[in-house]
Amino acid sequence: MKAAKGHVFKYGDNVDTDVIIPARYLNSSDPKELATHCMEDIDADFVKKMTEGDIIVANKNFGCGSSREHAPLAIKAAGVSCVIAETFARIFYRNAINIGLPIIECPEAAAAINAGDEVEVNFDNGVITDITTGKTFQGQAFPPFMQKIIDCEGLVNYINQK
Amino acid sequence: MGMTMTQKILAAHAGLPSVSAGQLIEADLDLVLGNDITSPVAIHEMDKMKVDGVFNKDKIALVLDHFVPNKDIKSAQHCKCVREFACRHDITNYFDVGEMGIEHALLPEKGLTVAGDVIIGADSHTCTYGALGAFSTGVGSTDMAAGMATGKAWFKVPSAIKFNLTGKPAKWISGKDIILHIIGMIGVDGALYKSMEFVGDGIQYLTMDDRFTIANMAIEAGGKNGIFPVDDLAKKYMEEHSKRPYVVYEADEDAEYEEEYTIDLSALKPTVAFPHLPENTKTIDEVGDLKIDQVVIGSCTNGRMDDLRIAASILKGRKVAKGLRVIVIPATQKIYLDAMEEGLLKIFIEAGAVVSTPTCGPCLGGYMGILAEHERCVSTTNRNFVGRMGHVESEIYLASPAVAAASAITGKLSGPEEVVS
Repeated sequence: MKAAKGHVFKYGDNVDTDVIIPARYLNSSDPKELATHCMEDIDADFVKKMTEGDIIVANKNFGCGSSREHAPLAIKAAGVSCVIAETFARIFYRNAINIGLPIIECPEAAAAINAGDEVEVNFDNGVITDITTGKTFQGQAFPPFMQKIIDCEGLVNYINQK
Repeated sequence: MGMTMTQKILAAHAGLPSVSAGQLIEADLDLVLGNDITSPVAIHEMDKMKVDGVFNKDKIALVLDHFVPNKDIKSAQHCKCVREFACRHDITNYFDVGEMGIEHALLPEKGLTVAGDVIIGADSHTCTYGALGAFSTGVGSTDMAAGMATGKAWFKVPSAIKFNLTGKPAKWISGKDIILHIIGMIGVDGALYKSMEFVGDGIQYLTMDDRFTIANMAIEAGGKNGIFPVDDLAKKYMEEHSKRPYVVYEADEDAEYEEEYTIDLSALKPTVAFPHLPENTKTIDEVGDLKIDQVVIGSCTNGRMDDLRIAASILKGRKVAKGLRVIVIPATQKIYLDAMEEGLLKIFIEAGAVVSTPTCGPCLGGYMGILAEHERCVSTTNRNFVGRMGHVESEIYLASPAVAAASAITGKLSGPEEVVS
């Protein structure tokens, strides 16, 4: 995946794994099923309103809480093309890379981008463009071995290819 | 430049003479842990990997604890998947109904985690084993699968925050009050990506159960891990519970810490985390008048013997408030039996509480005590996010076993001194 493009769903600080995918749905590990409950306890209409390719933008500590991989899996399976945040919780950050969900840290973008804006993200150079306002931001690009994992769409494929 | 205790353990397992904060390393693992929610995903990922089997059948632990005994058909199917995997690969440390307990109480009790180990677990509270001087951290199912297949994991070496615990805690102050105080002070991302290194003359007054509680909640401050020095008490615990050799690492005098905090344990009051974040803390004199519907005493945070003894000492000879549901969950079969032998279960039941077999159950909104709309629970668990224990309009107040037991009697959020003179 070299780039992501879509409309923005905006959230605040500390969006935790319980609101991303509540425990009552953790008796499933099927990504398609998890996707239908993505973000349910913070935004019950998220899955109805979003379209494939849309982008989530959030403030501090996105994905805090549990190590459940179901959280980035639900987001990826719902069709989100990228999550931009001021900061990510560390287990979520790790899990997102491992399953091939593109994520990027950029405090300036997180602060400036509004819900509904059309945004494009270039993963090669980490540049985030808010097409609606015309502003650009420099996000933190990944170190090379992490880029490879995302290009392979996850750690398992990366290991198999080595 | 000197290394912190965490950095020393990582360097040793990466085969390097030294490491520094920010460095990317690959480390050998002493243990890979998974439960009934996270293992099925890991097993599925491992099936996609071109590997013959697990790297070492003795260095994997599979504990069925979250939705166990099974709460519905899907959970039963997941456990069946893990059971079959454990059988196929002859996993030595596989714990099913009858032997299982809540994983982070069970593993130290079974001697599977000792000082100097590097442990990853597909559960965020894997940081618990830092109480014994291990480097122990939560990861996702894919890292668990890669760990089971290769016996290795990649890490970014963390920088550290030093917490100097000094003084003797007052009568009802326990590990839970200490860690809630710390999280209230630094915030739920205050230790993000960092190791939380606990030191100081106050540690001698902390039991192993106190230390397990504190290390358990390092993740609630965003920490990569929490870790305690290995003193005589920790050594005694390991020698009583484990046949495995342990290695003691000590931080260098010139180790660097990004921040340092001194906590006077003698000045702490019972501390409660209000909805909906563990950092939203108040001391017991600030809580006001809050009527509650449920109390939970248990979990990987506070389901151990000290926790049950403290709760029983407050509930003994008293009755729980009318209309209040009080659920006690000993964390392992051994704790359950010991509590029974000490007469604690009788105290709980005669007070009007109920006692459950070990399970994570209500802590994560699984079952065994789910909350309805507008209900309030005082709980010895570790998270109080929106909807954590049930309805999105319910509320969880995180507290110590002493506060939970006192609240069980008054029917309101209360400190032990309101109940016990």
